[in-house]
Amino acid sequence: MKPAIQFNRVHKNFGELQALNGIDLTIPQGEFFGLLGPNGAGKSTLINILAGLLKPTYGTASVMGHDVVSDYQAARMALGVVPQELVFDPFFNVREMLRFQAGYFGRGRENDAWVDEILEGLGLTDKAHTNMRKLSGGMKRRALIAQALAHKPPVIVLDEPTAGVDVELRQMLWEFIKKLNREGHTIVLTTHYLEEAETLCSRVAMMKQGEIVALDSTANLLNKFAGKNLRLVLGNAPLPAPLLSMLKSGEHGVYMLALSHLSQVEFALSELRKANVQIEDMQLIEPDLEDVFMSLVGSASHRNDDLIIQS
Amino acid sequence: MSLMNQKWRGTYTLFKKEVLRFWRVAFQTVASPVLTALLYLLIFSHVLASHVQVYENVPYTAFLIPGLIMMSLLQNAFANSSSSLIQSKVMGNIVFILLTPLSYLQFYMALLAAAMIRGLFVGFVIYLVALFFVDLPIVHVGWILTFAVLGSALLGTFGIIAGIWADKFDQMAAFQNFVIMPLTFLSGVFYSIHSLPPFWQVVSKFNPFFYMIDGFRFGFFGKGDVSPWLSLVVVIGFLLGLAWVCLKMLKSGYKLRG
Repeated sequence: MKPAIQFNRVHKNFGELQALNGIDLTIPQGEFFGLLGPNGAGKSTLINILAGLLKPTYGTASVMGHDVVSDYQAARMALGVVPQELVFDPFFNVREMLRFQAGYFGRGRENDAWVDEILEGLGLTDKAHTNMRKLSGGMKRRALIAQALAHKPPVIVLDEPTAGVDVELRQMLWEFIKKLNREGHTIVLTTHYLEEAETLCSRVAMMKQGEIVALDSTANLLNKFAGKNLRLVLGNAPLPAPLLSMLKSGEHGVYMLALSHLSQVEFALSELRKANVQIEDMQLIEPDLEDVFMSLVGSASHRNDDLIIQS
Repeated sequence: MSLMNQKWRGTYTLFKKEVLRFWRVAFQTVASPVLTALLYLLIFSHVLASHVQVYENVPYTAFLIPGLIMMSLLQNAFANSSSSLIQSKVMGNIVFILLTPLSYLQFYMALLAAAMIRGLFVGFVIYLVALFFVDLPIVHVGWILTFAVLGSALLGTFGIIAGIWADKFDQMAAFQNFVIMPLTFLSGVFYSIHSLPPFWQVVSKFNPFFYMIDGFRFGFFGKGDVSPWLSLVVVIGFLLGLAWVCLKMLKSGYKLRG
């Protein structure tokens, strides 16, 4: 079976800037794939090459076996892209836009049943005749997703679809996207919300400065790159010095220790006993993609600047 | 569905969207240029009718109307493709077209056809309204239609080029005010170039707009400043040249695809 998406040694330069530096990536059909990385890592550049909005400087990309340059029409037929920016055409209503969008792909009235299904799935049915201009931000976002789906593409790419979207809508969108995935659509998602990627994606690629720095199943990444954390509440007592090398974060008497191995719990407890420190509370915390991300992509400064971590 | 059908439907959908886009705001895109043309007609014919006679047995008001029709036709064909493109680019919704399998040729055909429809429609409405004011002969309907169609295609193409080139509305306004307007006004809409000093007669002959208007006017009166065949050759030449530039730009993805 042809892969849904394939990148072969894709490079993209913007003048001096190397935005992508030899990307090799294969995404099989039916996968729910996550593409993570800080701003400027090259996620959108990669997607834009797939969508034909940018041409690779070197290398090839294909959708369902169709090269995005030499066989672009077949490649684009198979691809639905939800752009990151909240763009819309102010002249038309939601249903008209969806009909136009399907029409560009050669689909006519026979496609109306599918359009109705999308409208319903995204909670847009009662807005079908509302002008795009008059929709709220969240509704515009839904319409944008609906437009990408109008021609029923087997491969769907969502570029930061939930940026600035409230929790309720986010949940609804994910239910809908999960349903599409269950029906066989391949989903590729770029996101800043690591928790989102963790719960949805079966496989994840992490990008940094135009390169893929990790590519594995979400579970493997968590096992490989992130150990468990030990959360200690010590009241007013300071953390004993031998434990400082394990310290990830700590303030107001609440400390987070990174464990490379579970046996370190015993070590930590014995050090606390030796220092005669009273433990007020203690928790063993499972690793999350944030930890993987931090260990692979970067310094603590990324945390605030580039990532939104849901709690 | 066959590939041919699919392509045809794609092109037709974009064409339909472009036509609906101007039709939704017809007050601005159709009614207002008609009114402007009528104001020109009223003022110029009132002021000049008794003073100017360009061709024998042709009153100035009648002489003026084909020029005004063609001027509006050209300006509106240009405005349609150029404003549609610059708006989509600035708003960012051009991405909806760029993500589709539509080829550069389909894109060109759809935008061009819509621009021509608007230009021809505005021209036709001005013609109908003008009939209330003046008796307008038609000597060669074939020439009238030929130059109307070619003129709208030429300016529709010009509009696509301008729309792709401009990044901002003020660049588009500059294009309109510094290129389109002078070329239109200095093309013989309001006068015969034989009434100009020799130097400006020569300059006028380098203006493609002059040939479109002169050829169009020939269709009404059977008289012109130059032969309609010469005008035909010049206009087709310009159209092919501009279409070549436009298709080159679209094919390369200039300013649309990086």
